[in-house]
Amino acid sequence: MKNISGTRVAKGKVVTAVLLKDLRIELRSRVVTNQVLPFAGLVLVMFAFALDNDDVLQRVAGGLVWLATLFSLFIIVQRSFAIDTADGALDSLRVAGIDLSAVFFGKAIALALKLVALEIVLICGAVLLYRVDLSASGLVLLVTCVLCATSGLAFVGTLYGGLTAGAKGRETLLPLLLLPVVAPVLIAATRATEAAFGSGGAQTSEGWAWIGLLTVFAAVFGVGGSLAFGSLIDE
Amino acid sequence: MSQVLQRTSPTGTRATRVIGTTAILVMAWVVVSGLMLTPQDVVQGESVRIMYVHVPSAWIAYLAFIFTAVASASWLISKKHSMGFDRFAGASAEVGVMFMAITLVTGSLWGRLTWGEFWQWDPRLTTTAFLFVTYIGYLAVRRLEGSVEQRARRSAVVAMLAVLEIPLVHFSVVLWRSLHQGATVLNPNGDVKMDGLMLFTLFSGVVGFTLVFIWLVLHRQRTMLLVDIANNQGLDSAIVARRAEGSAN
Repeated sequence: MKNISGTRVAKGKVVTAVLLKDLRIELRSRVVTNQVLPFAGLVLVMFAFALDNDDVLQRVAGGLVWLATLFSLFIIVQRSFAIDTADGALDSLRVAGIDLSAVFFGKAIALALKLVALEIVLICGAVLLYRVDLSASGLVLLVTCVLCATSGLAFVGTLYGGLTAGAKGRETLLPLLLLPVVAPVLIAATRATEAAFGSGGAQTSEGWAWIGLLTVFAAVFGVGGSLAFGSLIDE
Repeated sequence: MSQVLQRTSPTGTRATRVIGTTAILVMAWVVVSGLMLTPQDVVQGESVRIMYVHVPSAWIAYLAFIFTAVASASWLISKKHSMGFDRFAGASAEVGVMFMAITLVTGSLWGRLTWGEFWQWDPRLTTTAFLFVTYIGYLAVRRLEGSVEQRARRSAVVAMLAVLEIPLVHFSVVLWRSLHQGATVLNPNGDVKMDGLMLFTLFSGVVGFTLVFIWLVLHRQRTMLLVDIANNQGLDSAIVARRAEGSAN
């Protein structure tokens, strides 16, 4: 009944449909642009208040950018799945007989696009507020780092978002589950970003070692997520 | 259903009583030997006695999480999806978290006495702390509302994801430390020369803690079974009551 090419086309269509649905919701509600972006910007300013030292800020700018990204990740994931469960949209997708791994990739790509937009703003914020320098070679490293780290965060976020979707107390459970998992991304992305910024005399070449770890993380949770997502929301 | 409840009510059996009694005896020996009979260490002094609790509890904590992972994988793979695997995974994780807490607390106390610090950013310590938090999350997932099958599926997947996550965390922390700090990592077993009695007490501790672990897991998974049965029974009786209400109207 299903040939290989037929299944693949159907899966691609589902990925695109779910992706466009999530982006359309964002375009209409503007939650990321109107609420999450200002929140992340505020976090950057609050870090400056807390640390209160230009040299320290310049030194730890990479870590602060990624911490602000992680905090925002929780909000975006919760918001995305709250909409899906509120009107039983996730249930409808489940009974539609479509490949649930395609739903996973659709939602993950949508989340990744929102995160990339957020990270661009945060990095610009760090350049302006924390006075970090960005060379041309540093920029190449930084773009690669953003792409790899965001893929990993999007896969893990979608996976655990699906797990806690519809559950009572998900607002508190999601960070508890997600933070230990994303620790490798925080470590690797921070070091790579510091190398790109040249913080603490770090060389750009030092940063490339971390890109490998970010890629492995994204691959592991991309594959693991596409296998597990269906069984997590299929109840 | 009430017959099942009655039949399974006592959580002890002859086997668990033997295990429990042996565990008490072995632990009593470890306490006496660890605190009184064994000599103090040349380098570490009296603080070496923490080792008789710390090493066995660390061993049990890691063993418990391996059991949880194996039981979760067995639940996912088995066609019948036997709830026994799920209860075993949950019971093992609960006991594992407790022993992990004991490991971290005793390790910190030992560190304060030996290194002068409660905490070192050593990859092994950091990974252990992450494992602890990860399994607290696992236990929280088990408490999410839903049916027994939902609980089993969710928690089995989370346990499998933890198996993916922990090596990545460990590897990233190793890289983080190796690139950013010199070798400040202290080897807890570096200069410890153990005499025969110390080694035997440590070995007894491992045996005693393992028996305690087995005893706790067997009892815990039986109480979990009773809770599941009681919940089912509550639902059944509620359905019967609503039906009776419906027919009365």
